[in-house]
Amino acid sequence: MELLFEGIREAFRLLIHADPEVVRITLLSLKISGCATFISLIIGIGAGMLIALVEFPGKRLLISIINTGMGLPPVVVGLFVTIFIWRNGPLGFLGILYTPTAMIAAQAIIATPIVAGITIAAIQHLPEELRLQILALGATRTQMVWMLMKESRLPLLAAVMAGFGGVISEIGASIMVGGNIMGYTRVLTTATVMETSRGNFDVAIALGVILLLLSFSVNFILTTIQQYDKK
Amino acid sequence: MTKNNIRPILLDIRNLSSVRGGRTVLNIPEMRIYEGEILSLIGPNGAGKTTLLMALLRLVPLESGVIVFKNTPLNETLPHDTYRRHFVMVFQKSLLFNSSVFNNIAYGLRIRGIRGRELLRRVDEQMALFGIAHLRNRHARKISGGEARRVSLARAFVLNPTVVLLDEPFAGLDTPTRDALIADCEKILRASGTTAIFATHDRNEALMLSDRISVMNEGRILQTGAPEDIMHRPANEFVASFAGTDTIISGPVIKKNRGTLFIEVNGSILEIVGEAKIGSKVTFCVRPENILLSKKASRATSARNAFAGSIQRILPVGHFYKVFIDCGFQLIAHVTHQSVKNLGLAEGGKIVASFKATAAHIIRGAAEV
Amino acid sequence: MNRKNIFLCALLALALVIALHAGVRAAGKDIILATTTSTQDSGLLDILVPLFQKKTGYFVKTIAVGSGQAMAMGERGEADVLLVHSPESELKFMQGGHGVNRRIVMHNDFIIVGPKSDGANIRGMKSTAESFRKIASSSSLFLSRGDNSGTHAKEIKIWQKAGIAPERERWYQQTGLGMGQTLNVAAEKGGYTIADRGTYLALKKNIPLDVMVEGDVSLRNIYHVIEINPAKHAGINSAGARAFARFIISREAQSIIRDFGVAKYGAPLFYPDAGMKE
Repeated sequence: MELLFEGIREAFRLLIHADPEVVRITLLSLKISGCATFISLIIGIGAGMLIALVEFPGKRLLISIINTGMGLPPVVVGLFVTIFIWRNGPLGFLGILYTPTAMIAAQAIIATPIVAGITIAAIQHLPEELRLQILALGATRTQMVWMLMKESRLPLLAAVMAGFGGVISEIGASIMVGGNIMGYTRVLTTATVMETSRGNFDVAIALGVILLLLSFSVNFILTTIQQYDKK
Repeated sequence: MTKNNIRPILLDIRNLSSVRGGRTVLNIPEMRIYEGEILSLIGPNGAGKTTLLMALLRLVPLESGVIVFKNTPLNETLPHDTYRRHFVMVFQKSLLFNSSVFNNIAYGLRIRGIRGRELLRRVDEQMALFGIAHLRNRHARKISGGEARRVSLARAFVLNPTVVLLDEPFAGLDTPTRDALIADCEKILRASGTTAIFATHDRNEALMLSDRISVMNEGRILQTGAPEDIMHRPANEFVASFAGTDTIISGPVIKKNRGTLFIEVNGSILEIVGEAKIGSKVTFCVRPENILLSKKASRATSARNAFAGSIQRILPVGHFYKVFIDCGFQLIAHVTHQSVKNLGLAEGGKIVASFKATAAHIIRGAAEV
Repeated sequence: MNRKNIFLCALLALALVIALHAGVRAAGKDIILATTTSTQDSGLLDILVPLFQKKTGYFVKTIAVGSGQAMAMGERGEADVLLVHSPESELKFMQGGHGVNRRIVMHNDFIIVGPKSDGANIRGMKSTAESFRKIASSSSLFLSRGDNSGTHAKEIKIWQKAGIAPERERWYQQTGLGMGQTLNVAAEKGGYTIADRGTYLALKKNIPLDVMVEGDVSLRNIYHVIEINPAKHAGINSAGARAFARFIISREAQSIIRDFGVAKYGAPLFYPDAGMKE
């Protein structure tokens, strides 16, 4: 218990004094996971809209696959991404193993099915005739799709939350494709594990607290927007 | 109401058909819509009314069909998007957007690039017409069903379309709300000269609002005509019963006398005005409000058909009663609450039912005059 | 709506720029150093690597895994240079032609640690193999790394010497974790384990484990640097690997190694060995 209290006290000291290493790791985490989430939003919402709005054979199967993908184990993603991008892998020529780019790619792969799945559910949850009503008011297809997105903005916000929350707290893929390189690919989760195994529980706790605060504030902001929207 | 004939044709439709899941859900060999008219489509659920409206908007896949809009066939010279913007459709559900009432009504204008003062002016004007100006800044999900329906209509009417397509816009509203809305709608439509095609399963709504009525069933139009034609001169049993003519009787013509047919039904002789060959079988209908009930056959009445019968059933239907009488054939009359009291009507009781020979309309078996 | 579109486009562009920027780094300047968890967990590399980078302009990607996995990466050409401590496997690795220029860097020693209660009664024993036999005969809990690391390899060798096959015994548990975490587990469960002194000293303040056996010659833990054979795989940064190997056996690095940890723990964690005969 003493260790815990001491750890927490030290953790807050690090936070209050904005320890440069802790700040750097936090910013890097935000940059990588923010980027990955943004990419997954573009791909996930795009694909989700397309799948939800277009009828084609195998649609149900595809949706089932995406829904399964919403729970993709990060380590599995990490493993496959690693196999693809290591020097002798099919994408080895890119030379991106152990780089933030690889982490962004892996995290985007983890988040995209989450975003796509929620998007599909959101669009399918809208009244069937809404699409026709929008067209019947003279909208072009693009305007219609844009309006449907606006109409499902609440669940889409949930998609942002779920996507970002999923990748910022993910470790399996980050450590495999990023390698936990100091100042380069060391993010909150990988640093927490490393500091724990180094016995630096204070730093580990500080990083953990930041991770918690980050998840909390992202969710708090989004929830506030949602509540505001409901008014 | 025959002035339709001098109005120019707005839409000329040929061979419109749509197949869904191997079933023909729409089959319209021909249909015309005149500029500025209010045409209602009536028919039971699943008759194809909504499909027809959506087909006019090209929102359902068509098997075949030629649509000529203002003498221009819908094709390359009249692209779908241009054509579609002459129309707006209002669905049965209000389907309001998750935003303010103002934004809902402004949507169609905004996507047409209308902004600023003109947008404000048109939206405000439309809200005033529909009596919803006080809802301007309210959220569309926080208003009553009747208000939502008004917003939904205003959202369509603000676009000044050539044609509005209304799918059951008054369904599910309470009667006073509905009647007020119908009156407002008619006023707005007439003032702007907008053509309206309006689907409903409620013949009363159609009667209140239409220049012409088309009765639909199973994807086909069975009869199109002025409300009076549909009410009093139905083309077949389906139209008759859907138009509220419950009494439908068939029998052979046994005698003819100066335009009056004598028809035998279960041993009784009925006299109706019409033309048919002797010996042929005719089917005719009598509207329920034209069947009179009395305690005894009275000489004072000019009705030539008076039959004693027993009351099978008395069914309260809103502000009147539907009385089923067995005279060897079934007659159905509408009577007021006062009459039920005065005549002492009771199920199982005896009564005399009468109707004029001119009250009958021959549906089938009539000879060409 | 237009303003929103512009905003979205800008965001997208920004994301792409960041994503690409992150990957842009001259390929020839990157070195992948596959090493053991003990060098990273002790914090030694946090000092050596930045210094090397500053001096040479190379960028070192330190991937801390077990010695076994580090050599596996080397065999596939996924690393440029190794810093490992598993001499027998290293020799096999060299015989396979996967590495060139294997050179001694430093050593520290392994120690056997255990709970203060010392249920197996091995405190102060001189023979490591003998102490392992006592752990086995008293069925005292023993935590193994079980991860093919250098430490794990050393541990297996000692069991062999003791003539015991512990894998199926209930008192023998494999953590599959790094050194620091395995020490934590041992402390929590009150078990024995074998650790490198550096990691143990780094963690000592937080774990109630005592040194039981030390000083046996067989407990010496020697680190070698190995450059990956560029003839075996395309894309090996052999120049970078050579530069790193030269740096780590340089006088400057060696003196850093000698002084590392003295201020904090009162004793060095590693002893520089460059140029010594084995």
